[in-house]
Amino acid sequence: MKNWVHILKEQAIFVVLIVLFIIFACSSPEFLTVTNLLNIARQVSILGIASVGMTYVILIGGIDLSTGSIITFVNIITAYLMVKSGINMWLAILISLIVSTGIGFINGFLVANFNMPSLIVTFATQIVFEGLAYIISKGMPIFGFPNAFTQIGQGYLGPIPTPIIIMIVIFAIGGFILNKTYFGRYFYALGGNETASELSGIRVKRVKYLIFSLSGFFAGVAGIVMLARTNSGQPTAGKGYEFKVITDVVLGGVSVAGGSGKLSNVVAGVMIMGILENGMVLLNISSYVQMVVEGIILVLAVGFDCVQKKGLLKA
Amino acid sequence: MSDSDYVLQLQHIRKTYPGVVALNDVSLEVKKGEIHALVGENGAGKSTLIKTCSGAVVPDSGKIIINDKEFDSMTPQLSMKNGIAVIYQEFNLVGGLSVAENVFLGRSIRKGIVIDKKAMIRETEKIFKTLNISIDPNMLVRNLSVGYQQMVEIAKAIQQDAKILIMDEPSAPLTKAEVSTMFEIIDKLKESGVSIIYISHRLDEIFRLSDRVTVLRDGTYIKTLATQDTDVDELISLMVGRELTEKFPVRENCIRDDVVLEVRNLSGNGDKNISFSIRKGEILGLGGLVGAGRTELAQMIFGAAQKTDGTIFLNGKEISPKSPRDAIDLGIALVPEDRKSQGVLLGLSIKKNINMPIYKRISKFSVINRKNENDVAEEYMKDIRIKAPSSQQLVKNLSGGNQQKVILGKWLAANSELIIFDEPTRGIDVGAKYEIYKLMNELVENGKTILLISSEMEELMGMSDRIIVLSEGKMTGEIEKENFNQENIMSYASTVKEE
Repeated sequence: MKNWVHILKEQAIFVVLIVLFIIFACSSPEFLTVTNLLNIARQVSILGIASVGMTYVILIGGIDLSTGSIITFVNIITAYLMVKSGINMWLAILISLIVSTGIGFINGFLVANFNMPSLIVTFATQIVFEGLAYIISKGMPIFGFPNAFTQIGQGYLGPIPTPIIIMIVIFAIGGFILNKTYFGRYFYALGGNETASELSGIRVKRVKYLIFSLSGFFAGVAGIVMLARTNSGQPTAGKGYEFKVITDVVLGGVSVAGGSGKLSNVVAGVMIMGILENGMVLLNISSYVQMVVEGIILVLAVGFDCVQKKGLLKA
Repeated sequence: MSDSDYVLQLQHIRKTYPGVVALNDVSLEVKKGEIHALVGENGAGKSTLIKTCSGAVVPDSGKIIINDKEFDSMTPQLSMKNGIAVIYQEFNLVGGLSVAENVFLGRSIRKGIVIDKKAMIRETEKIFKTLNISIDPNMLVRNLSVGYQQMVEIAKAIQQDAKILIMDEPSAPLTKAEVSTMFEIIDKLKESGVSIIYISHRLDEIFRLSDRVTVLRDGTYIKTLATQDTDVDELISLMVGRELTEKFPVRENCIRDDVVLEVRNLSGNGDKNISFSIRKGEILGLGGLVGAGRTELAQMIFGAAQKTDGTIFLNGKEISPKSPRDAIDLGIALVPEDRKSQGVLLGLSIKKNINMPIYKRISKFSVINRKNENDVAEEYMKDIRIKAPSSQQLVKNLSGGNQQKVILGKWLAANSELIIFDEPTRGIDVGAKYEIYKLMNELVENGKTILLISSEMEELMGMSDRIIVLSEGKMTGEIEKENFNQENIMSYASTVKEE
């Protein structure tokens, strides 16, 4: 009996996903079509890709507010390199990913070495790189990419849009790192108790470098997919994305206190938000109301986590 | 009123925590204007007793009588209202506020809704004058030395019109000069009719200051004596005076010739100039009072804190571990003092805890070898008899003794050669203690080497082959097994070694 309750609690997120799915399927005839479902998956792909890095950061009890800004910055520099510098698209992608990983590393370095709260560090990098994106682009959109590049965002592999494929691959890599590698174990250890981790022989600083670098890297991938989809580098491209990503991850049950969470549940969290957004559009609910709903969901998700934690302490 | 010469009476106070009796029928009577010393070993119940006076602890039974008013328990507000003030080791001061504001913290002088700074400064100066203290009331508290901060605490107590001042180890953070200033202030307070309960490990201070002294041991009241009728030896024997009741498993002598660890003139992390060595298969006990610098020494050897001077040799080779990782790779392990916050990862399974130091080693291209991971966990769970249904069990669901075993399993998996135990049986019940002792014996029988830090005298004497004692960051004595006795250790532990 206790086991059964436990399982239900563990799988609550999937129950919510299914219920939501059924509600929208019943209330909107357009919802349950292959085109619409693929559309939802494509829409969430950018957030999904970025959510992997955010999952790691939140797992160790941190937060990464620079995600949206990194998406923007990658948008601008990839576009700039391809269009203004005429560099080969693959080289441009490579450089951009190195840069985004580097930005993440800077976050990790500051957090690990100066004991600065990640909230403030990543808030600062967010502002800096948003500013730099404006400086490089002079505030103007950059467009005119090679056809092969736009395929990353707009193409299909068989019937399935490329961004969805990329998202699936990234989730697979993300899950592999978290569950199969030794540093994945370190992520959980660090989130649970940093002192005990250090005293168990984990080089805590290095793990933090790695985590924030990965967060930067995945945000970079998200930025490239977005650029290819929109076919235009915008200095406002990723604005506010960090909050959407954080909502997805927290909704996916990753504890804001650190130490517990599963990537599979984050996938569900991403899907829930995607379905909710899509369903509300289909039901003609205004985008302002959508914002209100998303904010309320974030509070509910965190509240659920915190109340549960408190209950555990009492027991 | 027959008892009216007592300002404070604690009668038959009993306080239990799950599994522990912190205070068992303890009584204490304090006269007006007397300095009453409270002594006892670590864990004797002194802190719990004063917390019942301050309202931080609610006793299970007993009475608190203040100026003939009877209470079952106190609250912090009630305690303050009845003239009790406590100066803890950690001061309750706000660093960013001025001295005067701190003295009047929470009861500032106001004109309407506006704080009357001038009046507060004037009043503070008045208090300082009566105590013969010269501090500028406008200074920020954070810019004061520890000694002056303590004076601000005392002034605060006077401002609150405290009639009973409780001081918990007040001299511990102070320099010699500051201590003598503090004594003068205490004398002044006494003259003005304030009663003082003075807690200290330093017996010389007790004899310098107090009128009477009460001894506690293991949460029970032992005796109250007039200070002039007693001496240091009598106090020490009252404080420790018990037979060895706990049994320790017997161990053959396992000491071999080769020196595993040698520490030469080690300084840093609060310790000064410490030298000793441990042979293979030896259990070296490290005694001293809380705060003597034992944990700090362990941290330096384990790489968790950096030495500033001196050398450490492991198997004859000089080492300088920069991190716990370095130390672990060299074969050094630490079973830390605070099991739950430093030792185990509560939210992870037994398996993951045991494998944590060796994950990298059992991984190929960063991917963990699952079979290896399971085998290691199963092996050590069996070896050190961790009682749990499976290695998947979360560590937070284990008993204290089993958690301690998980930490030990981790270090055996890491193939550690020198294991430092810091208070290994704190908060562990008697049966599990014996089990830990047995494991320690097995370790040295298998050629491991142990440095044992313990504040429990019997444990230290029962388990060690040799004991060294620290006091205030310096090594004050080394005792061979044939000379083990509590008085010896206590007198080294309360020695203050001059530069």
